[in-house]
Amino acid sequence: MSKPEFIYVTYIETTPEELWQALTDGDFTERYWFSHRVASDWSVGSDYRFTLEGENRLEGKVLISDPPRKLAYTWKGCAEEYRRERVSRVTFDLEPRGEIVKLTLTHDNLDEAGVTLRGISEGWPMVLASLKSLLENGQILGIPRPIAAQEAIRA
Amino acid sequence: MDDVFKALADASRRSLLDRLHAKNGQTLNELCEGLAMTRQAVTKHLVILEEANLVTTYRHGREKLHYLNPVPIHQIGERWIKKFERGKLTALSELKRQLEKRDE
Repeated sequence: MSKPEFIYVTYIETTPEELWQALTDGDFTERYWFSHRVASDWSVGSDYRFTLEGENRLEGKVLISDPPRKLAYTWKGCAEEYRRERVSRVTFDLEPRGEIVKLTLTHDNLDEAGVTLRGISEGWPMVLASLKSLLENGQILGIPRPIAAQEAIRA
Repeated sequence: MDDVFKALADASRRSLLDRLHAKNGQTLNELCEGLAMTRQAVTKHLVILEEANLVTTYRHGREKLHYLNPVPIHQIGERWIKKFERGKLTALSELKRQLEKRDE
């Protein structure tokens, strides 16, 4: 095996089950993955697809599905610019560490100097930071209502 | 988050991150090449970077490889930069990059 191109790690205050759901449920991904919805039955060999406003953005096949410990899939952008790119591979490892879960994301088998490599090196840190915020704070960057407005709603 | 700020508050450690940004997945030997730092100093800095989760290590055969992990830096952005500002900031930093490139 060649060495992986990217390894990203984040520690999230959550449970492996909840993190698994966040990675595999379209309602969840839409909230932290910049409006991208994922859909799949998540069995090994099945297709999965990320869509943005109904348009296909990313797709691939499920390689490993071991909830809530390990998920791996192939990765290929749907846009024209990705047509000549090699199919790469993404692996998520979820390790419980007491009250937190260590999430390790490995992205390998990438084309050197390809568009995918450039895109993910900017994209993954943002997606993972956003995922951590969602799971730890309930919502990402939501502006809380003023207390008076909340009381008005309750009344 | 204190760990991240402390780790980033040192020019030698930032230069190690720059080297990993230029080439990800390096061994300690590769990272030491061409640096004016001793191997012990590099090792010490790497420990601090690892503790701040800015560097991740991975065992590949007999080698220990070091990877840049920018997630905590984005976490700082996530905390203080609102989503609707991100588009504008990306556009601004892109503009800055283009202008600086033209000056070179």
